Amino acid sequence: MKELTDLTTREASSLLQRGVISSMELTKASLEIIERLEPSIHAFITLTTELALKQARAADLRLKQARQDKSIPLPPLLGIPIVVKDVLCLKGIRCTAGSRILDNFTAPYTASAVQQLLDAGVVILGKTNTDEFAMGSSTENSGFGATKNPWDINRVPGGSSGGSAAAVCARYASLGLGSDTGGSIRQPASFCGLTGLKVTYGRISRYGLIAYGSSLDTVGALARNADDLFLAFKGMAGYDPMDATSSAEPLGDLNLNEQIDIKGLRIGIPKEYFIAGVQAEVNQAVRAAITLLESQGAVVNEVSLPHTAEALPVYYLIAPAEASANLARFDGVRFGLRATQTSMIEMYKQTRGHGFGSEVKRRIMLGTYALSAGYYDAYYGQAQKVRTLIKRDFDAAFQAVDVIAAPVAPSTAFLFGEHTNDPLAMYLEDVFTLPANLAGIPGLAFPTGFDQNNLPIGMQLMGAPYSEGLLLKTCHAYQQMTEHHLKKPALSTLLSTR
Amino acid sequence: MELTPDIVKRIADLARLELTETEVELYCVQLSAILEYAARLQKIDTHEIPPTSSILPSHSLLREDDPVEGHNREEILKNAPAIKREQYQVPPILD
Repeated sequence: MKELTDLTTREASSLLQRGVISSMELTKASLEIIERLEPSIHAFITLTTELALKQARAADLRLKQARQDKSIPLPPLLGIPIVVKDVLCLKGIRCTAGSRILDNFTAPYTASAVQQLLDAGVVILGKTNTDEFAMGSSTENSGFGATKNPWDINRVPGGSSGGSAAAVCARYASLGLGSDTGGSIRQPASFCGLTGLKVTYGRISRYGLIAYGSSLDTVGALARNADDLFLAFKGMAGYDPMDATSSAEPLGDLNLNEQIDIKGLRIGIPKEYFIAGVQAEVNQAVRAAITLLESQGAVVNEVSLPHTAEALPVYYLIAPAEASANLARFDGVRFGLRATQTSMIEMYKQTRGHGFGSEVKRRIMLGTYALSAGYYDAYYGQAQKVRTLIKRDFDAAFQAVDVIAAPVAPSTAFLFGEHTNDPLAMYLEDVFTLPANLAGIPGLAFPTGFDQNNLPIGMQLMGAPYSEGLLLKTCHAYQQMTEHHLKKPALSTLLSTR
Repeated sequence: MELTPDIVKRIADLARLELTETEVELYCVQLSAILEYAARLQKIDTHEIPPTSSILPSHSLLREDDPVEGHNREEILKNAPAIKREQYQVPPILD
C-alpha cells in the first residue's frame, strides 16, 4: 500500500469507510510528516495538533458507528485531515490573516465553509500561512515569515494561499482551503503542481472569511487532483443565510467516477493570454494540453477577450479601494493590536502604522487615493466601468465556447526576493488570474508539465458562472490521460537541508 | 501622475496610517508608478457603460424578522485590547 500521506482524499476515504485505516492513523501520519518537514517548509502559522487528535478520535467513533448501523450517513470527508488558510475563522483558534495586527486574535466563531466541513467530519491540522490579508502573490508578505516551495525551497510557493499549497504539495494533507481574490488559489496551485479551484463569486459562503476585496473574494480549495477537489467543493458550496451574496444555484449532478466524454466540448483559446513575456515552456505545455484535449474530441477555437490588458489596472484600483474600507476595522478598539493611547486619532494611526506590513499599507494608500474626493471618478469610477467591459468580454466568449483555456501565470515559481522591490512587477504575476475575479466566473488551475528546472507549469480553465462541474470534469478527463498531477517533489532532500 | 510627499501624507492621514519619512518617500515613487500604469484606463471610452460594483444582480434580499441567538458578549470582548464594565475602553475623544 501507498504511504498514508500519499493517499488521495478519495483513496483515504474509501479505506476509512471500510475500516482498513483509522482517522487517528491518518492524522498521526500527517502530524509526523509535518514535524519532519515543517522546519524546511514553514506552511503553518498555527498548528492545531490537540484539536486534530480530538477530531480524529470523534471521526473514528462516527466511522465505527456507521459501520455497525448502515442507516448512519457516511460523508466522504469524514476523518480526512485538511489544512485551513489563516483567513478563515475557526472558533477558539487564533486567526491572524498573516498580519501582526491580529497576532493575538482568537476567532469567536467559525466560518460557514469550514463549519460545513467540520460537520462532515474533517480533521483540521492547522492554519496555514498567507500574504498579509491575502495581499500578495508569493507569501513573502506574511507577518510570520515566508513559506518555501517544496519543489525548490529557494523559490516561492506562490500566494496568497501559499501555506495551503505548500502543505498539500508536501503531503501534510490531501486538501487545503484557500481564498482567491485575484488568483490566490490558482497561482500557488500552479507553482506547487496542484489542482486549485476558484469558484463562481457567491458559490461558497464568505461568512467568517476575513475580508479583503468584498466584490472579488471567494473561498475555495487546493488538492492533488480534480476528484479530491470536487469533494471539497461539494462539501463547502451552497447558500448560507449569513452571507447575502451566497448562491443557492444547484450543484448539478457530478459523478467523476464514470468515464468522462469530452467529445464536442468547445474550448476557447484567448489570444490575449498567449503573448510575449510568457515563459516559452509555459506556453508550450498549455498548448500541448489543449492539443491532447482536442485529440479526445474537444473543439478548439480562438476567442478574443479584448479588455484583458485592462484587468490589471482595474483590479489594482478596485481591490485596494475595497480593502481600504474593509481594513478600517483594524483600529485598535475591538480586537487586535493597540498602540499607545495618547488620543483617539493617534491611537488609530500608530496601531495601523505599526500593525500593518508594507504591502497592506501600500494598498490601503492606493485605495484611499482612488476613492478620495477629486480622484474618485477618474480612478475608482472608471475602473468599475471598465470592469463591466471585462465582464461583457467573457459573456460574449461563452456564447461561442464552453471553457476558456489559458496559462495560470506568466512563469513558473520565482525566487525569493525576485519581485519584492518592485510592486508593479509583482502585480504582473496576477495578469492571467485577475480577470476571472473581476467577472465573477470560476477558474480551475492544474499542472500540465514541468520546466527545465523541474518546476510545475499550470494551466487554467475558466467557465461561465456556476460551471465548476464542467471545469472539474474536463480537468478530470485530462488527469486520467496524464501523470503530471501525480509527480511529487523529492521531499527526502528537504530533511537533509535542516 | 506624480505624487508629492504632501499628497502622500494627506492620503495617509485620511487612511489613519502613521508613516515614517522613509515610507512617505517610498510610497511617492511606488504609488506614482502604479497610478501611471492605471492611467491607461482613462483612454478607454466608457461613455454609457454602467459601473459594476458587484457581479450579482442587485436586488434587496428580504427575510422573516426572526430573532436568533447573537454572539456571546463575553467571548467577543475577550479579543478587546481594553475593556471596562463590559464595554470597549478607548482614549478620550474630546479634549
